[in-house]
Parts: sequence; C-alpha cells; structure tokens
Amino acid sequence: MTTQPVEVARRTVALTVDGQLHHAAEGGTLLDVCRAAGVDTPTLCYGDTLTPRNACRVCVVELEGTRTLVPACSRKVEEGQVVHTDSERVRHSRKLVLELLGSSVDLSVTDGVAAWNERYGADPARFGPAAAPAAAGERDAAVTGEHHLPDPAVAATVAQPPKEDNPLYVRDYGKCILCYKCVDACGEQWQNTFAITAAGRGFSVRIATEFDVSLPDSACVYGGTCLAVCPTGALLPTAEFDLRRTGAWAPERQHATTTVCPYCGVGCNLTLHVQDNEIFKVSSPSDHSVTHGNLCIKGRFGYVHVQPPKRRGPDGPDR
Amino acid sequence: MDLKLTSIEPSPAERAAVDGLLGPPAGAAALRAERGGSVLRAQRHRLLPALWALVERVGHISPEGLGYVARRLGVPPAEAYGVASFYAVLPLAPMPTAHVAHVCVDLSCRLAGERSAELRARLAADPDTTVVDSPCLGLCERAPAALVSTPGAPPQHRLEAAPRREVAQRGDASLVLLRRVDVVDPTDLDAYRAHGGYAALRRAFDIGPTEVLREVLDAGLVGRGGAAFPTGRKWQAVAAQPARPHHLVCNADESEPGTFKDRVLMEGDPFAVVEAMTIAGFATGCEHGWIYLRGEYPLAARRLQDAIDAARAKGLLGADVMGRGLSFDIEVFRGAGAYICGEETAIFNSIEGYRGEPRSKPPFPVEVGLFGRPTVVNNVETLVNVLPIVQFGAAAYRRVGTESSPGTKLFCLSGPLVRPGTYEVPFGTTLRELLALAGGVVDGRPVRAVLLGGAAGSFVGPDRLDLPLTFEDTRAAGTTVGSGVVIVFDDRADLLDAVGRIAAFFRDESCGQCVPCRVGTVRQEEALVRLTARRDALDVPGSTAGDLQLLRDVGRAMRDASICGLGQTAWNAVESAIDGLDVFGDSSPEEGTE
Amino acid sequence: MFGAGGGTSSYKEVEDADVIVLWGSNARNAHPIFFHHVLAAVHRGARLFVVDPRRTETAQWADLWLGPDVGSDIALANTMARHILHLGLQHRAFIERATAGFDTFAASVEEWTLERGEAVTGVPGWAIAELAEAYARADRAQLCWTLGITEHHNATDNVLALINLALLCGHVGRYGSGLNPLRGQNNVQGGGDMGAIPNRLPGFQDLRDPEVLARVGALWGASLRPEPGLHLTAMFEAMGDGRLGALYVVGENPAQSEADSTHALERLAALDHLVVQDIMLTRTAQLADVVLPATAAWCEAEGTVTNSERRVQRVRKAVEPPTGARDDVAILCELAAALGRPLFSGVPSAAAVWEELRTVSPIHAGMSYERLEELGGIQWPCFDEHSLEPSFLHGRLWALEEAERGPRAPFSVVLDEPPVEALDDEFPLRLTTGRRLDSYNTGVQSGAFASPLRRAETIDVGPQDASRLGLREGEVVRVRSRRGAIEAPVRIDAGLRAGLVFMTPHFPDDIDVNVLTIEATDPRSGTAEFKAAAVRIEKLAAAATG
Repeated sequence: MTTQPVEVARRTVALTVDGQLHHAAEGGTLLDVCRAAGVDTPTLCYGDTLTPRNACRVCVVELEGTRTLVPACSRKVEEGQVVHTDSERVRHSRKLVLELLGSSVDLSVTDGVAAWNERYGADPARFGPAAAPAAAGERDAAVTGEHHLPDPAVAATVAQPPKEDNPLYVRDYGKCILCYKCVDACGEQWQNTFAITAAGRGFSVRIATEFDVSLPDSACVYGGTCLAVCPTGALLPTAEFDLRRTGAWAPERQHATTTVCPYCGVGCNLTLHVQDNEIFKVSSPSDHSVTHGNLCIKGRFGYVHVQPPKRRGPDGPDR
Repeated sequence: MDLKLTSIEPSPAERAAVDGLLGPPAGAAALRAERGGSVLRAQRHRLLPALWALVERVGHISPEGLGYVARRLGVPPAEAYGVASFYAVLPLAPMPTAHVAHVCVDLSCRLAGERSAELRARLAADPDTTVVDSPCLGLCERAPAALVSTPGAPPQHRLEAAPRREVAQRGDASLVLLRRVDVVDPTDLDAYRAHGGYAALRRAFDIGPTEVLREVLDAGLVGRGGAAFPTGRKWQAVAAQPARPHHLVCNADESEPGTFKDRVLMEGDPFAVVEAMTIAGFATGCEHGWIYLRGEYPLAARRLQDAIDAARAKGLLGADVMGRGLSFDIEVFRGAGAYICGEETAIFNSIEGYRGEPRSKPPFPVEVGLFGRPTVVNNVETLVNVLPIVQFGAAAYRRVGTESSPGTKLFCLSGPLVRPGTYEVPFGTTLRELLALAGGVVDGRPVRAVLLGGAAGSFVGPDRLDLPLTFEDTRAAGTTVGSGVVIVFDDRADLLDAVGRIAAFFRDESCGQCVPCRVGTVRQEEALVRLTARRDALDVPGSTAGDLQLLRDVGRAMRDASICGLGQTAWNAVESAIDGLDVFGDSSPEEGTE
Repeated sequence: MFGAGGGTSSYKEVEDADVIVLWGSNARNAHPIFFHHVLAAVHRGARLFVVDPRRTETAQWADLWLGPDVGSDIALANTMARHILHLGLQHRAFIERATAGFDTFAASVEEWTLERGEAVTGVPGWAIAELAEAYARADRAQLCWTLGITEHHNATDNVLALINLALLCGHVGRYGSGLNPLRGQNNVQGGGDMGAIPNRLPGFQDLRDPEVLARVGALWGASLRPEPGLHLTAMFEAMGDGRLGALYVVGENPAQSEADSTHALERLAALDHLVVQDIMLTRTAQLADVVLPATAAWCEAEGTVTNSERRVQRVRKAVEPPTGARDDVAILCELAAALGRPLFSGVPSAAAVWEELRTVSPIHAGMSYERLEELGGIQWPCFDEHSLEPSFLHGRLWALEEAERGPRAPFSVVLDEPPVEALDDEFPLRLTTGRRLDSYNTGVQSGAFASPLRRAETIDVGPQDASRLGLREGEVVRVRSRRGAIEAPVRIDAGLRAGLVFMTPHFPDDIDVNVLTIEATDPRSGTAEFKAAAVRIEKLAAAATG
C-alpha cells in the first residue's frame, strides 16, 4: 500500500505494416507503430498531449477488412491487423486532404506541409484561383444553414484579417485548419476555461468566443494553452507575430533555453525562445510531468521585466 | 466551474422560458456552503432543450438569454454558443417578423415547380412573415411544403402544404407496420390495445429477454435507417455489456431528403413506438429510452409525448412496467435542424449538450455510447418491426420478404406521382410495382430517373424499374434501399438542378469536423456550379474534363477518408448522375478519364 | 511535518486521488498549473472540496464548497475530527501503530459537535459532516493548503489541525494520500531546503542536532553554533527595539510586503545600515544605503529551484543580464571573500555550490546536474545517484515492523483561537487578502507585462454589504483599520458574503493594503495575520465619489 504503483504490464499484439511484422503494446495506436518503425506519417491535428480528434485525416492508412481508410493517430492496434501506409488509396486521400487544406487555408508556416505536398504530388491550386479574403467579422457572422451559391470563378477559402484584440497574442484564423486542438486544450483536456469553441457548421465552422466577443470580453485567461498546441501559426504570441510581420524573423539568431518560472511555487518549466537577447515566445516541454506543456498567463507572458530595454542598473537604463 | 458570465440580465420572457424548463433558480444563498462540480455538470444534457425553450418563446437566442442558460446549467457560454450555432433552426439574431416560414427547397418540393414558387410568394407577401430556405421538411408527399413558426407562450407551428393524405393502402390486411395508421385513434391508448397493442410486450415478458433477443436475431431484422445492420446482433452486444446503465435511443431524426415514413408512424401509431422501445429496453437491459426527434416534427412530438404520458399513467412505463419488475422510461429529445444528427454518434453528442459532431468509431455505440455507456440506437421503423416479430415469432415474420431481406419495408414515394405517400410492401417488390401502387407518374409521363435512398443514395435510370427492392439486389446493382426514399423525376425534370441541390445540401449539412467532408463538399459544389454554368454556355475557368476529374478525385477522398457516413456518401448521388444518367450529355468525357 | 519540511505527495498523486480538499487555497488563480492536476482528477471522477471564506473560482469547481469564518479553521477541523470519531471512521490500525497522542487528541475534540462547529465556523453542520465523511472514507485523499491556513497568527496550529485529520484517517505516507502546502514562490521550498530557515541547516537538517552540527561543521571547516537565528517577523521586531541595526535584504521587498506597512517602513528607515540585493530598484531598495544589482535568477543565471512537490529543477541562463548586474553567487562569494572568509577556491559557480551542497545535504546527495537534466528534476529525498525514492514521504509510517516505522507521528491538541483582531461595532468588517491570476505579490515582476486581465486594486464587497452600505460599483471609499486608512474603488463580488471584504497586495504603489493589515504574528512560523484584519468602509463626501 505504501509503495509507488507500477504501470500495468500490457499485452503485446502482432500486426503487419507495409508487409513487415511488428509487435506493439496493446492500447497503442497505429501511429505509434508507424513512428516506432520509422514510417513517416504526416499529422496535423494530432497532438502528443491531447486525445486525437481525427479531424484532419492526413494520417489515414488502409486497414484490411475496413470499408474506409482509418486514422492512424487514433486507431488502436489489434492482433492480426494488416495495414498499408503507402498504397495508392492512402496516397490519394492524403494528397486530396493536402490539396483541400492547401487550397482553403494559409499553410505557409505549417511545419512539414511543403515536403508532404511534394511527396504526394498535391497541387492545391487545381481548384482555381483563391477567392478574395473575407472582411473582418464576415466569417463569424455566417448563419448556419444559409446557403450561398458558389462563385464559379474562384475557390472558397478561410482567408480573413488577423484578430488583434489584446496585447498578448494574435489569432490569425486565415491559417486555421480547424484541428480543434486549441478548443480541446482550452477546454476539458487541460485549461478548463472553455473560452473558445468551434462555432457554426460545415465550411463556416470557425474557432470563436461566444457571439464572437473580443478575447478581453471572453473567458480567456491568457495561459496560452492554445498557442502551445496550434500547428499552423494561426495562434502566435504578439512578439513572434510582429517579428514575422516586420520581416525581422531570423531563426539563425534564435535559441531556446529551458528554465523554471519565477512566479509561484508549482515549478513550471519554461522554454524561453530568444532572438537577439529578446524573448519572443515562452513554451513548456509537453512531456514534463509538472506542466504537460501548459502554463498560466504569468509563465507564458510574465517575462517582460527581463526584456530590453533592460531594467535600471546602477548607471541608468540598460539595453 | 468558474464561468465568466455576462452581467447583463435576460429579459423576463427569456427568464420565464428557461425557468419553465429548468424550474425556478435557487434562492439567494447564504454563501456558507454550496454544491457545484459534478452535480452542476450533470445538467449538461438540458442545454439543447433550454436553447429550444428560448427560441420557442422569443424567437432567437440573445447573448443575455444564452448567458442565463449558461449560468443555470453551469455550461461555459462559449460552449453553449458552439452548440447553438450548430443548429439551423436556433437563430442567434432577432427575427424581423413575428412569423418565420421555413420553406422547403429540397428535391421533392423543387419538383413541385410553379406551386413551389407560388407558396413562397404567398408566404413572402405577408409583412409579418420572414421566409427562410429549409432543407427537406419530411413532408414530401404534400409538396410543396413550409413550416411556419410563431414564437410565444405557447409557440405555434403551422404547416403550409398540400392537404394531408391518408395512407393509400389503409385497411389492406397485408399491412404490418402501417396497419393501425389512419385506422386507430393515435391518441387513445385503449384503442391501441383494442387493436393488438401491448400483446407483444406481454409475450416479451412471458418469454424473457434472452428469447426476445433470439426472436429478433432469427427474424433477420436489419436496421431501416439506411445502414442495414442486423438489429439482433446490436441488441445482443449491448445486453452483454457489463457497464451500466444501458441506453436506448430511438433515432427519429428523419432528415434524409425525401424521407417521411417515420413521421407517418409516429404521428399515426405513437404507442407502437413506445411499446417497441419498451421491449427493446427489456431485452437489452436499458432503463433509459430516448427518442431523438427531428425538430421540425411538432405533431409527432406532441403525439409521442402524449403517448408516453398515457402509457406511464397506466403503468406501461416507469419503475415497474406492467408489474413485471421492469424499470423503463422514455424521454423525447428534439433535434434542431441538423441532418448530421441522424448519425448515431452525433445523436449522443447532441443529447449530451455538445455539438452534434459524429464521434470516431471504434469504440462503437454498443460499448461506448450515450453518456459513455453501452447504447442501442434503432430507427423508428426498425423498432416497430419488433412488435410483429415478438408477438408472432420470427418464423411468421420471415414468411414475407426474401431470405436475405425478410419482412416488409416502408417506402416514401414523392415527386410527380398520382398518389405520393408512404407505402408498405414486402421486400422484393420491384420499383415498377411500387410506382404503380402510387398510381404512376402524373399525366403518364415517362420516368427520367428515380433517386433511391435520398441524398445519400443514388439515381437509377428507367432501365432499372424492374429492380427488386431488397438489400441484396440493390447492393448488387450498385444502389441502395437506404431509408426507403423513392423520388421520381419525369422527363421534364432538370436533373442538374437536383444534382446541384444535393451538393448544396451536403455542403450545408456537413458538420465541418473533418477536412475531406468540410472542404470536399465545397469543392464538389463549386465544380458542379462550373459544369452547370458551362452547360448554360457561361464563361467559367477550367474545363469540363478537368472538373469531372476533380469531382471524382474529391469524391473518392470523401468516401475513403471522411469520419462518418455523411462525407462518405456525399458523392454517391452525384457520381450516379454522372455515370448512370449521363447528366453532362455527350460532352462528358468521363469515359476517357477512367 | 514529522521532521521533513515539504509536501508529502507529488502532483501525479493528486491526479490519482479520490478526494481532494483544498483548504484556504485559491489554486485556480494562485497555482493555476497545479490546479490542472486537480482538474485531471476531477474529470477522472475525484470529488473536490474547497474550504475558503470566499466562494472563489476554485470553489466554483468544487462538488462542495464550505465557507467558514476567517480564522475558524481549527474549529472546522476539530469538528470534522469529532464527527469522524463518532462515526467510527478513523483508521484504527494506523493510529495504533504509527501515531502518538491519540487519546488526548480525541478527548480534546469531543466538545466539537456539529452544532458547535456550525455556530463557530458559520458552515452548516451537514456540510461539515459531508466533508468529514468523504475525507475519512476515501481510499486516497489529498489535503492541500495555501496562505489561507498559514497567514494567521496561529498558522502552525492551523497546519497541525490539518495534520491531525490526516493522521486520524491514515491519509499520509501512502501513494495518493498526502498533506501538501502549495508554495507561493518559485523557490520558497528550495530556500528552506538550503537552510534559509533560522533553525535549519541545508537539507532541512536540525541545527540543534549535535551530530548534524559536527558533521556539517567538519565539512565547512568551521565550528557551528546551535543557536537559531531570527525569522523575518522577528527581525522586524528586533529592528523595532533596536537589537538589529543592519539588514541585508536579498530578493525581498519588505517595505511593501510586510503587514502594517506604515510600521514596517518606520523600522527600515531607522536602520543604521541597509543593503538590498535585487533585480529591481524596489521600494525597499530605494531606502537602502547600498544596492547590489543582481541578475534575474530564473533566466540570467544558472542554478536550481525546488517546487511544491519537492522537485529540484534546473534554472538556466537564457538571456544576458543588464550591464552591472551580477549573479547572486558571485556577489555572495565576493562579499565573503571581502569579509575574510572565502567560500570557494577558484571561480564560484552555481554548479560548484550545488556540488558542495550534495556533500552537506543527504537528501540531495543523489542529484547530479546530469540527472536533474535527464529526469526533468528529481523529488527529494534522493540519497544516491543510482536510485529514486517513492514520490511520497513518510511511507515508513506504514511499515509492518515497528523498527522500520521510526518515530511515531504525533497528534496535536489544537485550540480554536479567533483572529487577533475581533470584529466590533467600530470595525465590523473582516478584511482578508489574496492573489489574482495575473499578478504576483507586490507586482515587482508581474507589473511589467501588459495583462488584459489586469484591473486596478479595488475593495471587493459582497452584494449584501454593498446594498446595506449603499455602495455602487466603482465608487471610491475609504477603508480604515486601526492602523491606517486607504482609499479604493468598490467592486461587488457575488462570492463574498455579508461581513467579508477582500483586497490584494498587488498594487502597493497605488493602494497599499498592508497599511490596513495587522502584524499579529505566529511565533513559530513568523507569518503575519494577513488574512484577518478588522476594517470599516467609510463613504467619501459626495464630491469625491466616483
């Protein structure tokens, strides 16, 4: 009774992936097997700290005996499964997912997409020229069930101006692929603040506060749990957004150092992302037992007192 | 939960609407001890009913009304907004007029042509009425149709449609499912009992749950909602689950365009639904039954609720059904304008107070369903089939129909037919026989196409009229019985318009969760708009060949990679129209693209 | 607790608990990421109880919130204990084998019937009973507290009252059950562990233990004296009566953080010599004779800190400090050298200090920098480099062999003692203080960033008081205690009952709540009674109201 509980030993199952026999722990996913086997599997909505949402479908694989393709990120391993990760069917769906997303969302800063497009031969431009960006608030005002006949000359997109309604972070929903990670992280899976939701339906779905009120009017507590999980740069700290916007972004002059938050006694690990001796972003290791990648407003944004212009030294303000 | 709530108070009407559902709020607290947490969170399944209460009373959901619901139920306002904005009949802005007319713009009503336009014009002429487009209202046999709603206390709902039609086969001795409809007073429990009601439940008690399961299994009953899964296997799986409680959900979200047979059953024989659910609950160990009813069926809602109340008053529902120790009760839960909520796992989310997005399967509902518990989900028609099976035995049930498709099937016939309506025929009846039952096409015009199975089904040409309507034959022919939709298009019909409407329907009804469906349905509609524009000699970018290839590519990804049946079937009808009906004419190069 | 100065459990155990009691803790705001672990438990099905005079954001998550009078925690705990005993829910075997003083304790709580508990605490008897039963019946129960327990004149007794409950039910020394003070500062645990407590040596070793004294003295090449030093509040008392004339303040802002700040400022001003070593020119630093500018220990220097689950973690230099600011280690070593006692041969560094500490403190001996890096920090105790101890403390109490159980854990008889400053007609309102999510203590660090959540200081009052006193939201009022008066705008908080008002210490430059607070101090812990002052609210003349 006084001893530390040990993990229950898991049974292993045998399955075949691309003709190779693999053994995997029961309870794991096909994605786990693929990754362990070095089978490169694209993912967008998958997050290591979140329950898979299966929303993007870019990780689909062919599982013999099932009618449709299955998402590797959430499909559990079972004895005797026969899986194909690079069949024509798989390649087709992955290509189309990349084309459908690429044609409707700005994926310019999403890690991996350029290489996947090349690998699957995806051509997001094939649906025609992109429609003009929506005006601010236009997509948020969409009425569910109201149909608008498409303009045959262009392909619809989610392009819209970024929302800059608070000093700490920017919501650039033209880059949002609706992976739901921010909603889940702000909601029941971590922060439990529920400041944001998926609103509307179909192509009009958007991540929104209630009635699209500004973040300062919403329940947001600025822990940045959403920023930490966003895979596409749709959510960025203002400091990083501004570096990118002004063209000052210089990855070669950046470094990241992990330390501990200076505020309360919980001991959250902070990874400070620094360019030219200025912190532009704070994250936390997603595999750390204290934070699981999450922080509060103080940890995420409370670093300003050590930023240039540096606080007053004996000889006056310093840089 | 530490909710951030608006400090602005709701209007008295909004407060009354919500309090009417949830009861008056607790009085001013002494702030010495208070329950919250899991107690409060357990109220979440009342979210959609509370939002409905606001709309029924004041016509829309205001920020203050939403905030009040959030406060009463401990639901974060953003989440409540996410739910409210999911549904098409829960407006988030005030309606400019006292009445709102939901005018059906779906397939059968489009086929009504000029009468459709007249109806719309007549409703729009009233300055107190706002006309909004609606997907299929399930009134296809009375096309063109509209549902006019007037919020208030009580709210009013008025149908604007062709006169109600009695079941054409009324009195036919071969009827099994429809035998009481338009014969027996649907509001009278005694009349129901006088016509064989509750004999099946009595036999169920006599033979016990295991035997009931065996009868259903032996009868070869499969689901009538479209997926045709063996009902007995589903029941056995839930009955065997150790986790408790079990839930039973009657899927009455009949939203497939062209489908209205469940409405006919619920309006015309509501006690049959109640009795069948009680048997299902008995056999599968469910204490809770839910009827997830589409929101646009106000009459069915009233009939079902009255039937439940009457049954409960007679001890046919409740803690000790018929004095046989069974505890079972039923709650009617109204959907709110979302086709996707007919998907079984989307129903769970909708009832639980979340957005009606389908869940990933596995786990399947028989293991992890409503409130995370083992759950049986059966369509209305499927359940009603249980009555003859249990009352007369599987062997008797199998005497009609075919070996692989035993029993009878309800078909919903609409379009330019002499007697559109619901028809019950044995499986194996041909399409031609079915159309003949309905008096054939008006004016004797030739059939250009038939849409089988609704928007998720497929078109067949006039060469297929001798197709026997069974699961096995339709599957072999590359089409589907689906939910029993039969929409007839004569030689005057604009098939491209129908195909375009189907594409628009899927775009509107996609929940938006997965990429193939959310974006794919948009790209599908865009391509069809371009193809149609080219037919009409308009100048649009790209080429017909390119657009057809695009449709095939997108369609295949939707079918292969979407989360649920909506996305997986969103290309079916379009594909069948291109390949089977050659809707793009000789200019179509699709043969070359194969 | 039982010879170790730290929380007994790990955060993961909180996630795995069945009942969690947060007592005098607004963790949702004050320890937000710890509260994530609580929420994980809640979603898993754990029951959460919150004891707090205010219905806080934390309380709103609770299955049951109890709102006792400020300072009635002992009455509440004793009532729970009696109820548990009368239902026979105590853990008899654990009490028998591992504790001492049970009979005396049981007799001492006998008078605390539910009725009496209700009368003294204000919490309905049914709620006290429900909490008591849930806690006693739980397989795994966590009892966590913060300043609501410790910022009282009888802080130590408050803690002992909670320890009694854990001993009574066997909720300590087992995986998932524990007693956990949540630390308010990122290294308050580590500071104490390093010996920055008057009666302790590094590793929480007792200064009065001759064996320890001899061993550490030998390592340091010095003869150590067993007399404890002074804790902070005692220092201020010593300053007051002239026994203390020089003060060296490192990283603290007592000019604004001490209770009864008017009084504290007078004492600081009267010092012969004040040295302040800080990263900012704080209010205290402005009073100093010498200011030693320091690097920000968390991002401009190397080292370690220790969190509320006893996890020692590395801090690392990520940015260059401002010109002239020096590492604390360098300053201290140079100062020591200047005083004629060089601490290190060679260049002093955090790593070198750490290696020295590992030789002095057995509970840190196994923590090399490499291991701290590899394991994401290590919970103490960690006696050698090849093993790890369980995540909870005091497992020995459950050993079946008496020899392994070691010293018995003592029950304590603790008496209900209301706050020093009773309410009366002149000062009828209870002022309590606490923290907001986006601010930190006196705001030296947190004041720099632009927080959308930040709002200026207010006097928070409940709707009943607001209506009785005719106060409007935003109206500026005068708040007066026996020690002084300040002006603040009114904010109406529906979570405050009649008679209870609330302020924070975050904005002392604008509105200094510590003008009002009382310096009544617990003699054992040195903590002042920030949580309970008596005040009244005065309406300003019509012209001055907002």
